[in-house]
Amino acid sequence: MRGVDISIAIGETVALLGPNGAGKTTTIDMLLGLSRPDRGEVSLFGGRPEDAVRSGGVGAMLQTGGLIKDLTVREAVGMMASLYPHPMPVDEVLEVAGLQEVAGQRTQKLSGGQTQRARFAVAMAGDPRLLVLDEPTVGLDVEARRAFWLTIRRFTARGKTILFATHYLDEADANADRVILLSKGRVVAEGPPTEIKARVSYRTIRTTLPGVPEAHLAQLPGVTGAQRHGEMVTLTCRDSDSAIRELLRSHPQARDIEITGAGLEEAFVQLTGAGDGAGDPSEADGLREDRLEAA
Amino acid sequence: MTTSQPVPTAGRMRAGYLRFEVLRILRNRWFLVFSIAFPVGLYFLIAGPNRDVDNFLGSGLSAPLYYMVGIAAFATMSAMLSTGTRIAIERDDGWNRLLRITPLSPGTYLVAKIATAYLMVLISIALLYASGILLGVRLPAAEWLWMTALMLIGLIPFAALGVFLGHLLKSDAVGAAVGILTGVLAFLGGTWFPLGDGVLYQIGRLLPSYWLVQASHVALGGNGWSAFGWAVVGFWSVLFGVLAARAFLRDTRRT
Repeated sequence: MRGVDISIAIGETVALLGPNGAGKTTTIDMLLGLSRPDRGEVSLFGGRPEDAVRSGGVGAMLQTGGLIKDLTVREAVGMMASLYPHPMPVDEVLEVAGLQEVAGQRTQKLSGGQTQRARFAVAMAGDPRLLVLDEPTVGLDVEARRAFWLTIRRFTARGKTILFATHYLDEADANADRVILLSKGRVVAEGPPTEIKARVSYRTIRTTLPGVPEAHLAQLPGVTGAQRHGEMVTLTCRDSDSAIRELLRSHPQARDIEITGAGLEEAFVQLTGAGDGAGDPSEADGLREDRLEAA
Repeated sequence: MTTSQPVPTAGRMRAGYLRFEVLRILRNRWFLVFSIAFPVGLYFLIAGPNRDVDNFLGSGLSAPLYYMVGIAAFATMSAMLSTGTRIAIERDDGWNRLLRITPLSPGTYLVAKIATAYLMVLISIALLYASGILLGVRLPAAEWLWMTALMLIGLIPFAALGVFLGHLLKSDAVGAAVGILTGVLAFLGGTWFPLGDGVLYQIGRLLPSYWLVQASHVALGGNGWSAFGWAVVGFWSVLFGVLAARAFLRDTRRT
């Protein structure tokens, strides 16, 4: 992590968004006190993460594990609840998580979606003030993801603070009050989803256009890059409106035109690119501190 | 007291965690078969045909008594070391990491694991004692108790070794290590036959497993263990205790 400065207020649902390797899990580990930053500070409810953890203020769904074997769903929830000073009633947890029907089943016999909901149930069993979810819906199909988020919203309705990591842009968009965009251990953008989306204006134009050199196309207004694959040309655009007007004016023979919005990967290219251009001097000498703060 | 008092949180937590630990181990059918039923079957198979041997290979003990304690030593050290397997599996599964962000302290986790292993040990010993009585073993109450106490003390090095292995190795490696260690230590400890006074004895008497088996010598009068025996058990307890503590702290420290 290189100079991450994040604060989260009580009652907020915040998404940590970034591709694999961006530092989402590292950030979460530091916030939970599972690891320490080399430099900088982490504070949770105004104290050390260890103290917040010890007082039962935190629940988490980490990327791996968390569903203990040889117990029923009800027992696994009960086991976790027994570790916290003021747990939620087990029946209520099962209801919120939609697990009543499988409450008597062994944890190792659940489907993928049920497993994730059970892991979530275990995380909220202690009724923690902060719930941290590290890629909670990874590996779930669209339907299961939707059901999972309905569950989470029933929990946030109780006034809880939630921090979740994801690499699905739409998931962050639909569920977070605020999005923190991470890339290579740095915060590249932060704000409400609508604001972030507005900043990700990258579009791609694909067209069949033989005989025009890439270098020439890259010069078109609004275009930041051009790539050729045989007769196909792919233009990466900062301003696709200007680009398409000029493209059609100067190369009317272009056909099979397709304009698509940027994927998350392209969004990152744009947002990290902008950051590098600014040339942050404190980063160069490697003296940046990490500062994490929740509630 | 008729007024209901709030249960102290730490106590409730320990009790809650321990209860589910025990529940889990009792649900693990194969673990029960191997650590409890298998030794009893083995005992009848080996000691049964020799039930009338009064002085088993010059040990001064009857074969049913010798094997009762010998096999109990084998079963209980294996149950103790399997704590390592269970810790390693939970580390591999990420369960330990999750526990670290709950109010449960790593120390309580460890205590619960060891307490659960001791519970299995007690069940195993009780069943083997019952089997021994069926094959004619008769001892005064004080000797039963002292013998049991020596075994529980003699298992301390194995409890520590299990924790050490569990925090040092991955689960598949721990499984292999526990299997080999149990086999070798049981053999050199005299589980299967008395070691006599040759080379095997010279090696065996330095091992904690030997003194576990020697708990049966309570029946010969005296205290069962010599001063040397206490020193050996103490030495391994401290050594494995230190190794276990270091592995445990390194594994749970926040880096």
